[in-house]
Amino acid sequence: MTKKPKVFLFVPYLLWLALFVIIPLFLILYQSFFDIHGQFTFGNIVEYFTSGTYLSMTLSSFFYAFLITLVTLVISYPAAYLLTRLKRKQLWMLLLILPTWINVLLKAYAFIGIFSQSGSVNDFLAFIGVGRQQILFTDASFLLVATYIEIPFMLLPIYNAIEEIHPSYVSASRDLGASQWETFRRVIFPLSLSGVRSGVQAVFIPSLSLFMLTRLIAGNRVITLGTAIEQHFLVTQNWGMGSTIGVVLIIIMVLIMLLTGERKKGAAK
Amino acid sequence: MKKLTLMAVAVLALSGVLHLASVQLDRAGGATDGNTFYFYNWGDYIDPELLEKFEEETGYRVVYETFDSNEAMYTKVQQGGTAYDLVIPSEYMIDRMIQEDMLMELDHSRIEGMDNLVKDFLDQPFDPGNRYSIPYFWGTLGIVYNETLIDGESLDSWDDLWSPALKESVMLIDGAREVMGLSLQSLGYSLNSTNDQALQEAADKLDGLVPSVKAIVADEIKTYMIQEEASVAVTFSGEAADMMWENEKLHYVLPEEGSNLWFDNMVIPKTAQNPDAAYAFINFMLEPENAAQNADYIGYSTPNEAAMELLPEETISDEQFYPSEETMDRLEVYENLGPEYLGIYNDLFLEFKIQRN
Repeated sequence: MTKKPKVFLFVPYLLWLALFVIIPLFLILYQSFFDIHGQFTFGNIVEYFTSGTYLSMTLSSFFYAFLITLVTLVISYPAAYLLTRLKRKQLWMLLLILPTWINVLLKAYAFIGIFSQSGSVNDFLAFIGVGRQQILFTDASFLLVATYIEIPFMLLPIYNAIEEIHPSYVSASRDLGASQWETFRRVIFPLSLSGVRSGVQAVFIPSLSLFMLTRLIAGNRVITLGTAIEQHFLVTQNWGMGSTIGVVLIIIMVLIMLLTGERKKGAAK
Repeated sequence: MKKLTLMAVAVLALSGVLHLASVQLDRAGGATDGNTFYFYNWGDYIDPELLEKFEEETGYRVVYETFDSNEAMYTKVQQGGTAYDLVIPSEYMIDRMIQEDMLMELDHSRIEGMDNLVKDFLDQPFDPGNRYSIPYFWGTLGIVYNETLIDGESLDSWDDLWSPALKESVMLIDGAREVMGLSLQSLGYSLNSTNDQALQEAADKLDGLVPSVKAIVADEIKTYMIQEEASVAVTFSGEAADMMWENEKLHYVLPEEGSNLWFDNMVIPKTAQNPDAAYAFINFMLEPENAAQNADYIGYSTPNEAAMELLPEETISDEQFYPSEETMDRLEVYENLGPEYLGIYNDLFLEFKIQRN
């Protein structure tokens, strides 16, 4: 390929990037330096790092995002591994991806029905004699629903990474005397790490600022930074503080991308 | 590659056809002529029969759109590009929209039936002299409880929410003004207090409420209370009326310390294309029969005195929805506190929410 058409093909993408990614990012950064009276200030960022409320909110966002990522990873990795070994992979994959076709809010409302006092889970618990339990508005239910929603985003990249490993590597490993476990540990697992990395990024980052679920499923028992951003933009109209939280979130996300990013570019290809 | 091109063409063609169809539908609906009345209202907030009656009487065609929060409505009207002729915001939002010059000043010579309204509901601080808004419905904030789930516990005041017997059973509405307000009122302060010490006291008192709280939610309260997920909830009178309609075990209490008095008023945004239709609608809604029919259908309290006479006796005599004058004196309307104190209220409320973890 020659160089010219390549440059030409990049134009729409660059335009998109500038209009919808770079300019908004700068606007958020710019906005974060203003207080409610429109005066230039560093006060927002100072307040963020000196207020116990925002710091504990950051910690709890982190903690829950970490838990959600961990649980999805523990579930998705074996599932993805098994999937690559199955016949009719496409069908199974379709079944696992199917829930993403449904709107997140709709799923959340469905879970309210399932978990409520008169819901099917409690009906079952009452039937087997355990008695009705409070399931909604607990950490466990929040974790379960968040995990359920995020699983496809973890499963897909891992599945693709494992699927891309050429079978000859596995055959070679077995031929050289490695046991099945050793083959997995020394060949398949290291080669699938790129998928795990993108899966972790795809799950951890959105989980940091989940906010509808925190209200619908956890009844605001779980508070993430997303809750505070929503409040500052909609209720208090303190866009400066809302943007400051946004900037902090963006910095955290960049750090995570750097930490989990691939060291050697294209190593997995 | 050929397949891909074919698919791209198919997608483009399909969206083109759909776009044409939607344009055609808009036209068929007559949405472009000057005979249309764009009405932007809360969801399920008018008897649909009244809209038909209005169309028949006046010849205007009503396009009815709904919103689910004042903030969503504000954003949509403020962004422009909309041509709503009549909107029904709540009092604090009307205050803000007046300050931001988003509302048309009303010409009172074109409005008939102002005399039908209860005098106490006119000339409120958010709109002195009703220069911009006409009352549509009003109500209070209070406590809804399920008689079978609270074991004879008596609930008459905000203070009762702190009772240890209500451990893990109260649902609060997710609003800083509401929750801080009830704490302030339980301490005998005004719910519009801008006294830092009073606010701190109220926030400290809220800490004690943490064990009672089951969840802090919004519109979902209605469903939860009907399904008996929780035994007690703090919610608005109108929402309560809806719940009680669905579940007869529910009761609404107006707390004795006082409460919030809210209004939803009709206003005409500056962006309105057809103010004539808006005036026609305001006059239509001020007619006692129409106001009564609407109140009977929606279950909220009407500000129309003449309409109250047309409502069933049991509705009007219900102290919780049409309180006595003595109780009315203890009700307070939210004042616009300005961004600074609104921020303080919200920060204190956020601190309260975080503690529950």
